[in-house]
Amino acid sequence: MGSHRSGGATLFALSARQVTKRFPGVLANDRVDFDLLPGEVHTLLGENGAGKSTLASVLCGLYKPDEGAVLRNGTQVRLTSPRHGLQNGIAMVHQHFRLVDRFSVAENVVLGHRKLPFLLRANDLEDQVGQVAERFGLPLDPRAVVGELSAGQRQRVEIVKALYHGAEILLLDEPTALLAPPEVEKLFETVRAMTQAGKSVVFVSHKLGEVVDISDRVTVMRDGRVTGSVARGEADTRKLAELMVGRDIDLSPRRSRGEARETLLSLSNVGLTKDGVDRISQVSFAVRAGEIVGVAGVSGNGQRELAEIVAGLIAPTSGEVSINGERVNGVGTRNVRKAGLAYVPEDRLGTGLAPSLSIVDNLVLTRDRGFLVDRKSAHLEAEAFIKQLEIKTPSALTATRKLSGGNSQKVLLAREIFTAGSNSRVLVVCSPTRGLDVGAVEAVHKLLDEARNAGKAILLISEDLDEVLTLADKILVLYRGSVVHEATGDQVDVEAVGLAMAGLS
Amino acid sequence: MNSNVWILTFADAISIATTLILATLGAILTERSGVINLGVEGILLMGAVTAFLVSDGTGNLWLALFLSVLVGVAMSAVHATLTITLRANQIVAGLALVIFGNGLSQFIGKPVEGKTRPVTIEPLKLGPLSDIPVLGPILFGHDMFTYLTWAGALLCSLYLNRTRPGLVLRATGDAPATVDAQGVSVAMIRFVHTILGGALMGLAGGWFMLARGTAWSQAATTNGIGWIALSLVVFAAWRPLRAIAGAVLFGFTLQVPFTLQGQQINILPPEIVQMLPYVATLFVLVMLSTPRARRLLGAPKMLGQPFVRDER
Repeated sequence: MGSHRSGGATLFALSARQVTKRFPGVLANDRVDFDLLPGEVHTLLGENGAGKSTLASVLCGLYKPDEGAVLRNGTQVRLTSPRHGLQNGIAMVHQHFRLVDRFSVAENVVLGHRKLPFLLRANDLEDQVGQVAERFGLPLDPRAVVGELSAGQRQRVEIVKALYHGAEILLLDEPTALLAPPEVEKLFETVRAMTQAGKSVVFVSHKLGEVVDISDRVTVMRDGRVTGSVARGEADTRKLAELMVGRDIDLSPRRSRGEARETLLSLSNVGLTKDGVDRISQVSFAVRAGEIVGVAGVSGNGQRELAEIVAGLIAPTSGEVSINGERVNGVGTRNVRKAGLAYVPEDRLGTGLAPSLSIVDNLVLTRDRGFLVDRKSAHLEAEAFIKQLEIKTPSALTATRKLSGGNSQKVLLAREIFTAGSNSRVLVVCSPTRGLDVGAVEAVHKLLDEARNAGKAILLISEDLDEVLTLADKILVLYRGSVVHEATGDQVDVEAVGLAMAGLS
Repeated sequence: MNSNVWILTFADAISIATTLILATLGAILTERSGVINLGVEGILLMGAVTAFLVSDGTGNLWLALFLSVLVGVAMSAVHATLTITLRANQIVAGLALVIFGNGLSQFIGKPVEGKTRPVTIEPLKLGPLSDIPVLGPILFGHDMFTYLTWAGALLCSLYLNRTRPGLVLRATGDAPATVDAQGVSVAMIRFVHTILGGALMGLAGGWFMLARGTAWSQAATTNGIGWIALSLVVFAAWRPLRAIAGAVLFGFTLQVPFTLQGQQINILPPEIVQMLPYVATLFVLVMLSTPRARRLLGAPKMLGQPFVRDER
């Protein structure tokens, strides 16, 4: 670990030397060293806020370091902008793609290129872009409109764009976040093709599992510092997790303890047709007290619609939803909640919480049904939650938008699961840990596990397959609005689930 | 009914369309960069009053038009500074510009109120072309600005779709963050095109005054043409060539009631026609109110959104 090479022996393609970067109130990078070999795949691993994205932004020229230096092929470079970084052969592919949806692939790729002639000829540009894509084994139609492409294809456009602009070093920020397992495999193939051509790739990731497979080396960051650097072969998930979090964390599967009991939520032949398209078709399943049913799938395959149907936000066009044996189709959110449903939407700050209201006020939102509110007891309850769930906040009167993702999620879960007088026994949870760091993920998973053991029936809809595998007693895979695969939590064939998610079962 | 009357109506429609096309092109260039400038009507009025005053004072047609353009530049530069640099709400800033242009033009136009037009832009003499029956007077009896405007629409279309800066402009309206990441200044692109658009709007006002207006009669001079231009942008789906067709159609709609009135046919009270610009604007705003409609119509994705680089 942390083997030191002398500067003369190896020429690094890109290095950071004692890089320090401060933001108001935050020391994002604290004397960070980082080295990248030519032809290497190097992962920067860390929780959200560990400083890995800041480091990547310094390396690509987006941020200027306050102290320290960036070295390209052993010589110091002072990068002033991402464009300047690109001139030095360094490009970053951001998590949120920076593409123009209405443009063709070719137009997106050439946009901003220095050597572009004043008058553009579409055919020439398409040929050039096609050639670059082909050279690296990236299947892409230069004429396709980007807005109609899948996440994986868009990512390919970004990569081709970087290569077209002459990138030798590619920094990929959370590249697998939006991809289905088969697309991840394709990305890895592309990465291998690039390293074979002598280019280097940096993965910025907080996902432990996948980085081990592809990386030649993993550098772990925590709280703005590098906590370790591990070569392929020495890296195992447990050790990396410890380096990331600074303590031993438990990410092992959690399953229902004891017998599952009576059915609390059931859907039979539920369908939703919108604009003549079947968004949800023939979905049937039941969730019993004391179990978690997980719905896996790639984003946009009907998860959102399913959640909104169960939560009473939209009425299904066919079939029946019942809670506690009571038919609740189209009775409206208020009545669905009365029937015993609690809902944790994916958009936790916009839909789940009122961002500019305090923690106390957000609890009051669902707590009091009368005309007057009882702030005093709500305040006490908020204080109790803050203590019990270790919510990091200056006070119970802090606006929820000022909390970190993990802490605002805890507030939302507390409100939906534990508030006094809540008679909810059915909980619908959507992507509860999206964007959260490992520590917060563990806390949220623990909360959901406790809720299950307290006898709630939980429907977990998540695009994070690992999360579903970790928590669910029963797994359903949603593809184009239909359940295409079912498995019980202990006997799950991960490969079959992956194929089902990609619609290949 | 006299067929000559209808030929004149068509000719007038094409003539009015010149102003509409100029103002619409200006709005298209502005909006393609992601800035919406609702101040068109105010700029038209200021351009018109400037042209009247300058030509009244100097008798110089070219100086009058040149200063109209400058007024358009100045007013759109105010809009650009407010909305791009200071990130003010674009709708509010645009409406303020209308009220400002309306008020100031009334004030400075007071001395010349009721005076007749001092100079006129003469139609071109196109010889045999003008003598073609029917088509001659409709298409070939106009002044040079009408033909330059058509050429301008063509140039705009080529600029947007076939050139490097046009590509960057289209990208700026749809995905400013992408353009920013390429090291191109979003603010600069937006400033340049808002001001270029303003110049065209100023020219539209000046030309309208000197070629079509008879006298300076305050807000009634342009009579809501600026609002129609804004609707035309949507009608044309932000494409310059389609703006020509839309402008001729609207020009015809504006002209027909006068023809009918002249023929003593009163099927439509003139007040209905005077409502047209505002009804069209309302219609457009309703059409643009949902994201889905905006996408289908082809509105620049980030139209009306100030650009802020997301940094910590």
